[in-house]
Amino acid sequence: MSSNGAPSELMLEFKDVDTFYGDLHVLKQVNYTIGRGEIVSLLGGNASGKSTTMKTIMGVVRPARGTVTFDGQQIERLPTAERVRRGIAPVLEARRLFTRMTVFENLEMGAYTRKRGAEFDQDLERVYSLFPRVKERQAQVAGTLSGGEQQMVAIGRALMARPRLICMDEPSMGLSPLFVEQVFGIIQEINRQGTTIFMVEQNANMALSVAHRAYVLQTGQVVLSGTAAELRQNPSIREAYLGEMQVTV
Amino acid sequence: MTTADLLLQQVINGLSLGAMYALLALGFTLVYGILELINFSHFNVFMLGSFVGLWTLQAMGISGQSVVLYGLPLVGVLLVAFAVVMLFSGVLGVVIERISLRPLRNVKGPAAMITTIGVSYILFNIILLVVGADSKNFPNPLPAVNFAIGGAVLRLRELLIWAVSLLLMATLYVFVQRSRLGKAMRATAQDAEAARMMGVEVDRVIVTAFFLGSALAGAGGLIFGLYYNFTSFIIGFTAGLRAFTAAVLGGIGNIPGAMVGGVLIGLIEAMGGQFIAVEWTDVIIFSILVLVLVFKPAGLFGTLVPNKS
Repeated sequence: MSSNGAPSELMLEFKDVDTFYGDLHVLKQVNYTIGRGEIVSLLGGNASGKSTTMKTIMGVVRPARGTVTFDGQQIERLPTAERVRRGIAPVLEARRLFTRMTVFENLEMGAYTRKRGAEFDQDLERVYSLFPRVKERQAQVAGTLSGGEQQMVAIGRALMARPRLICMDEPSMGLSPLFVEQVFGIIQEINRQGTTIFMVEQNANMALSVAHRAYVLQTGQVVLSGTAAELRQNPSIREAYLGEMQVTV
Repeated sequence: MTTADLLLQQVINGLSLGAMYALLALGFTLVYGILELINFSHFNVFMLGSFVGLWTLQAMGISGQSVVLYGLPLVGVLLVAFAVVMLFSGVLGVVIERISLRPLRNVKGPAAMITTIGVSYILFNIILLVVGADSKNFPNPLPAVNFAIGGAVLRLRELLIWAVSLLLMATLYVFVQRSRLGKAMRATAQDAEAARMMGVEVDRVIVTAFFLGSALAGAGGLIFGLYYNFTSFIIGFTAGLRAFTAAVLGGIGNIPGAMVGGVLIGLIEAMGGQFIAVEWTDVIIFSILVLVLVFKPAGLFGTLVPNKS
């Protein structure tokens, strides 16, 4: 990684992306770069365009202008299924499990674009070793799990796609502080095992403690970006997002 | 016949009607589960299915009630008839979706539902104009084998209807529970956007739902003809409305609910006709529907889920 924080080898790039919902201009000329092996966090308040960013990566929302490049190839016109096949998997906001299906069936859905076989079994073992709790609950209907357990299944479901890039939408949402720490520990572990992570998060404190770099989005525009260390020192970030840090520092 | 015999006889009749309604109700529920759309064209896919069954049997040289088959030829003829009817109806359902509903996929409001009413009338009028308004004698190659159970009579055709319906419903259930595409259907019904982000091609799932639902409606149409020995351009409305009621009664979107709802409506119709009066059948059926919806709005097996945002 160079000194200005720009990654050396690109995994995902947004170039001048504009998106609309009807007449509403959501993302305005947005640029992101995410390097191979990084954890990059996207910070911002409500309605800043964070979730739209996720949906644009997954192809649920198509940009009106601009390009999205994954692994050197433009993907902004590709259907969602093709993006999943190429190695992008989501951890959705509020987990969004298939609540009337079993935990195991949810994991199967994560591997939907892949063939069953040795690789599937390997990935299942990997998920079960990261989350022994998920293994215990595999036959249970997902809707009956606690919030924390559901988050484990949501992350496990993404891993079942054997992705090279995981896009996480608010992984800390609705979890107890203790569990948030645990989830972020696992995110770092998954990253160490070689998966690039792009993470939308409101909990800036937590996000900046695990991310390498971050972008700050405000009403659809990137207003700040840099390494996590830089952003933690930035006065306006500290005021806007790290209220509790000021007390403890 | 004693009252007990009458009761048993009406259970037999009710289960046969119920099996037919259940097959038809499944089509409403499969499509509703995924698109939240009430597909009224389903009424007349059923009706058209019964005519295709009539023509298929005639093409195999079976017309009127005079040709009776036994053993393998009987099984073969029935297999061909069900296969042709189900394939035709399934494809018809897919064509209806492709031509008239897919272009409206992202249109909010009742446009798609009203379109299905339009398609239903088109099918209805095509058959009326081509075949005419009089009802047609439906060939029945089954031998008149009757079993006496107490004072009640169980005919071979009822056994056939039960066997075919059970087989079809069990196959559907296993498909939806176990197969990859079946799981994608369930996932899409629960959260279409999330399913899409798992890599599910939602259009394929929708096509599958229309194909399966319509094929089952076609089988129901053939069963109607074999059971009543006639068919007509008008049969879709009564049967379709009762099957739709069955789907709502069981909890629309819920597959076992549609099966149970269908059987219940069949039994209610048979019992009401015997012990109250045939003319009151619809009053009884729809009163029960109203009561269920008042006290259990999601139906017997349905669960009210928060609206997807």
